[in-house]
Amino acid sequence: MRGNLTFDIAHLLAGSLVLVSFLQLYQARLYALLNIYALHALVLAASVAWQAFVQGAPHLYVTAAIALVFKAIVIPVVLHRIIVRLGIHREIETVVGVGPAMLAGMGLVALSMVVMLRVTPGADPLAREDLAFALSVVLLGLLMMVTRRNAVSQVVGFMSLENGLVLAATGARGMPLVVEISVAFSVLIAFIVIGIFLFRIRERFDTVDVQALDNFRGERR
Amino acid sequence: MNFDALAGVLLIPAVAAAALAALPGYRISARLNVLAALLTFATAVSLFVVQPASGPYLLVDDLNKVFIVLTTFVGFTTTIFSASYIGHEIEAGRLTPSFVRFYHAMYQVLMFAMNLALVANNIGLMWVAIELATLTTVLMVGIYRTHEALEAAWKYFILGSVGIGLALFGTILVYMAAQPVIGEGLNAMVWTVLVTKAAQFDPALLDVAFVFLLLGYGTKVGLAPLHAWLPDAHAEGPTPISAVLSGLLLNVALYALLRFKMLLALNPSALAPGPLMVTLGLISCLFAAFMLYRRRDIKRMFAYSSIEHMGIIVFAFGMGGALANFAGLLHMTMHSLTKSAIFYAVGHISQVKGTQKIADMGGLTVSNPVLGWGLVLGVAAIAGLPPLGIFMSEFLVVSSTFAREPWLATVLVIGILVGLGGLFLRLNAIAFGEPRGPAAPAQASYVPMFAHLAIVATAGVYLPPALVTGFENVARLLG
Repeated sequence: MRGNLTFDIAHLLAGSLVLVSFLQLYQARLYALLNIYALHALVLAASVAWQAFVQGAPHLYVTAAIALVFKAIVIPVVLHRIIVRLGIHREIETVVGVGPAMLAGMGLVALSMVVMLRVTPGADPLAREDLAFALSVVLLGLLMMVTRRNAVSQVVGFMSLENGLVLAATGARGMPLVVEISVAFSVLIAFIVIGIFLFRIRERFDTVDVQALDNFRGERR
Repeated sequence: MNFDALAGVLLIPAVAAAALAALPGYRISARLNVLAALLTFATAVSLFVVQPASGPYLLVDDLNKVFIVLTTFVGFTTTIFSASYIGHEIEAGRLTPSFVRFYHAMYQVLMFAMNLALVANNIGLMWVAIELATLTTVLMVGIYRTHEALEAAWKYFILGSVGIGLALFGTILVYMAAQPVIGEGLNAMVWTVLVTKAAQFDPALLDVAFVFLLLGYGTKVGLAPLHAWLPDAHAEGPTPISAVLSGLLLNVALYALLRFKMLLALNPSALAPGPLMVTLGLISCLFAAFMLYRRRDIKRMFAYSSIEHMGIIVFAFGMGGALANFAGLLHMTMHSLTKSAIFYAVGHISQVKGTQKIADMGGLTVSNPVLGWGLVLGVAAIAGLPPLGIFMSEFLVVSSTFAREPWLATVLVIGILVGLGGLFLRLNAIAFGEPRGPAAPAQASYVPMFAHLAIVATAGVYLPPALVTGFENVARLLG
């Protein structure tokens, strides 16, 4: 009975992460997007902590704490400030409408279920479901990066993609700590780099709309 | 053992990076940069004399020794080129001293990251190292702070991160496949343990893992259609970085891919990685060859040429077998040497002319004969004219393919010839005819460029038997 309960809770948390990814897809305002991202990181932290408890792997609590403090609190707050400083708290233009984006998202989730569940019949059911959900989150993050033009929301898409990777890494039983730290570390570095870029972009272009970047691109004649 | 060469390859760049970050004054730091790279190269060569034992984190075998020596050698010659290049950039006011300090420190961090990726015995550690290499190059590509440089760095950053994210997912899947067989914990991520048990892994999981790894690391190799970052990053960054990107970083990503290919090859029921690599390689080669025709920017043109050659190399490794692997390895070495020599020439040329636009250059062989003829020789080598080294390796790739898959070889030959046409069309405008643009004598160090070209020219007619046996060993290892 206890086994079932642990499985159900892990399933619930990982499934919620996918749902929150869907919520991100249609957020039209940057503030709302950041709040949803914070929620995404919060669900991730809960899911990782539950895995730590189930697997009896105390080092995973560190990963959970990083997700909670760094991704759910620090990054959203800082990005919030950047948005205010850049003065871009207006609506986001989405390249694709909400309907098609949601449909594409559902297609991706179905795809990852089909792929992952088919290739892992022998694996531990918990790891199996986690992996399928993690791939969905990764693909939804990619979808978000593709459908958004705004640099900030692309970054949010990238960070939710990383959340999916952390979910996969923790779902794999006994994966060495090296990787979790490195993932957290890379998010940190990634964020610094992105932060620097955003400021520079502000200095140079007065916009963080990637569409504007495209005007400067390539093929100099 | 008092001095472990393996640790040296990693420690020298790491210490040098810290020292360079602290040192003001670009003259001293440029010299220190050269010195550190020379020491790293010497240490790497010593790996052939005394081979250190492999541990759970670091590993040395015949395969990565070749890569390490090539990386540290080109890394060393690039520092010599970089010293004169950066001196000119400071005089021209394109870079400030603080940026140069940052640049030198980052250069050594990049060398550290690439060496770490090559010696890592742990698939997770290798991934971290490649991520570090990506981040440092992103920072260096954006160093000029122009619109184009920032856009290129941003594009490289986003595409590189997505690639590296997919590669991590693939890495996790490999661990998942290994874990039921090897057990939980560190051992299930160690190459030397993985290869002994690979035959028992779940083949379906390995297949999916390889697809992710191919897409992820393939982005870093610059395979079409995942190459979009590559021309911008090459064109907008400082030229020494273009040389290192083309000559080395692409190879490091390729090395990661080859390791995973070896893993899959050990599992009889897993999918054969060859056809996937052959397809991507051919697409890259053909696509880049046609793209060469409409380039207006000299560095962008040679970036496309790098995509073409990485395509040929991945194709050769995808075909597999002792001969094709040998050809791929030789081609990779020749391409690294030739392409970095070309970028050394291009760096000085664009400094003399004050532009990278092909339309504003012309008659280089008249106005700057040494640079001009150096470029002509480099392009002749990269286009695959006999008797230079690339001709020989391309000939080996094509002839070994003709024996097995004539149709594929035909497509490859078309790609190579189309690329040759494109390169010479542009070379004609740059090197010959009426001199255009400023013609001040270049303050250049020609040694690295001609040293590379001399090696390539020699390799075309004579390969030392020791090198041939070494490459043959590696080719057998690759399966």
